[in-house]
Amino acid sequence: MSFYSNSARFNEARRVAVFGGTHGNEMSGVTLVNLWMKNSAEIQRKGVETKPFITNPKAVDTCTRYVDMDLNRAFTPENLSAPGGDDLPYEVQRAQEINRMFGPKGSPEAYDVIFDLHNTTSNMGCTLILESSKDHFNLQMMTYIKKAIAPDTCLVLLNEHPLLKYSTTRSVAKHPVGLEVGPQPQGVLRSNIFEAMRVIIKHALDFIQLFNEGMEFPPCTVEVFQVSERIDYPRDANGNIIAMVHPSLQDCDWEPLNPGDPMFQTFDGKTIHYQGSSTIYPTFINEAAYYEKQQAFVITRRETLVASAIRKA
Amino acid sequence: MEEDKVLCLPRLSQVAVCGGTHGNELSGVYLVRELLKAKKNVTKQEDEEEEAVPLLMVLSHPLQQCFRYIDTDLNRCFTHASLSGPMSGMTPYEIIRARQLNTMLGPKGSHGAVDLVCDLHNTTANMGLCLITYSDCDWICLHIFRHLQANIPLRYIHFDVSNKESYSLDSVGKHGFAMEIGPQPHGVVRSNIYMAMKAGVQHMLDWVQSFNSGSTFEEGFVDVFTMVKHIDYPRDSETRTITAAIHPQLQDQDFCLLRPGGPLFQTFSGETLRYKGDEPLYPFFINECAYYEKGIALSLARKRQVMVPAIRVQTEQEQQANNQRFASEEEE
Repeated sequence: MSFYSNSARFNEARRVAVFGGTHGNEMSGVTLVNLWMKNSAEIQRKGVETKPFITNPKAVDTCTRYVDMDLNRAFTPENLSAPGGDDLPYEVQRAQEINRMFGPKGSPEAYDVIFDLHNTTSNMGCTLILESSKDHFNLQMMTYIKKAIAPDTCLVLLNEHPLLKYSTTRSVAKHPVGLEVGPQPQGVLRSNIFEAMRVIIKHALDFIQLFNEGMEFPPCTVEVFQVSERIDYPRDANGNIIAMVHPSLQDCDWEPLNPGDPMFQTFDGKTIHYQGSSTIYPTFINEAAYYEKQQAFVITRRETLVASAIRKA
Repeated sequence: MEEDKVLCLPRLSQVAVCGGTHGNELSGVYLVRELLKAKKNVTKQEDEEEEAVPLLMVLSHPLQQCFRYIDTDLNRCFTHASLSGPMSGMTPYEIIRARQLNTMLGPKGSHGAVDLVCDLHNTTANMGLCLITYSDCDWICLHIFRHLQANIPLRYIHFDVSNKESYSLDSVGKHGFAMEIGPQPHGVVRSNIYMAMKAGVQHMLDWVQSFNSGSTFEEGFVDVFTMVKHIDYPRDSETRTITAAIHPQLQDQDFCLLRPGGPLFQTFSGETLRYKGDEPLYPFFINECAYYEKGIALSLARKRQVMVPAIRVQTEQEQQANNQRFASEEEE
């Protein structure tokens, strides 16, 4: 019997995957997944098949972000249906294989939940990445995780901007969850970052077990940071960067940036100020991998979403 | 100060500042680019002013792909063995590049080599600013260190490697050091780190100018950290993948004394592995990204005080006498 009217019903989440190495130099996920592939006891839950999986093994071997192209941008409909087999870029081949194993994307056979483990050089702490504001299952899971780790914090980044969202590895699942933990340099394993990621996955799997056992989760509000704009570095005519993230902005992910606040510092010490019309919340500040994607940081706005009550069907 | 206690050393006629020896250590890449830009933009006056310090700015790795290296680590290609010997179509890119740099700045060990090489580096380790050299008695390097130290906190690291075995770019000059700053992730430029490196280079150039102008630099003590050994990560015997991470109590604690029994690593099952050495030593390069593949989780150093004598530049007379002595030694 449901305690709440309008409780959204979802099927039990029976098939769950944990992805590491989508970027081969983001070491927490690579290490955790390798650990769990050797011994999966920690991630087993009653009634759930949880599969740990290295998505980009060649990039992991060379400890690089990718081989031919970013795997985490590769899951477009065009790529997933592209003919060409071995002639395709490595990551497109991987995307097709992953779509076969864990998808097909958008179909009833797709995995229920995929957690994709990432690190960032930005000072983002623990961040859960949501791809849809209407995914009430994910909203409830993220609320559960936030409560479970308190007083430690975990923020939610929502990216459903039609121009800025991208086709992620995890998007083959019905409920894709990105987990981004930083700051950590590429190619480096920091034990505090590793343990933080591990604890979040533990709570996420606990949630899934509780949900599958019939627990009903009441309606709740969820604060999210919604991606609204990408800001590039100032560049010269040849495309070279001519200023750095300002020391007042460096490491201040999620803190308010007001109109007129320092944003960049040129190499000879001049300040460039934020010229927007309202206060925004920057994140992914100075992420190494985003220099080539023309992104110094991402602008987000604080929103409150309402998650309806959920229980299993 | 008694004049005869002041060592007289040759003028520093040319200084090279090199960036991008590792292509993803971006402070040096951007700093050298900016120095090159600034040089281009200086409008020449009718009576050309003499350059304060004749300065060569070098981007060591012109193919800026933002990787540490393409085939092999450029900063290990400067041994005498690597710099000589046959080349083929299979010769790694960096070996070829090292020989070009040796021609430009050296040849290493010869009278024609540049007087001072300052090679700019970043590290993911929390080391602050360091000068890294092969010598604990290169008075030029030690006085530069003393001058920088008056303005900026920094440390002097010494690798006790003979000139024959020295392998890095800074060994090409008559004097040389790496200027290493961290922590900074590779592929990132942090403004505070960039500005610190810029200030360090400027102070160094100021010192060289002051030295060349005839200033005497007083004697004094310097704390020198001499590398004793490296410690690798615990690894799986079959796959060689690491089985533990730097312990959270050691992470970021570069130059904080590590005592016997102190925590070193934390295994993935939560066990603490401890330092088994007998001697307390100073750790540095703790968790440097590029050293995983070199089998180094951290390095350990002994600290001791070195007495640095007073120095000044040789007068022209002294320089000529020195050159004559050098020439006659060569004849013999």
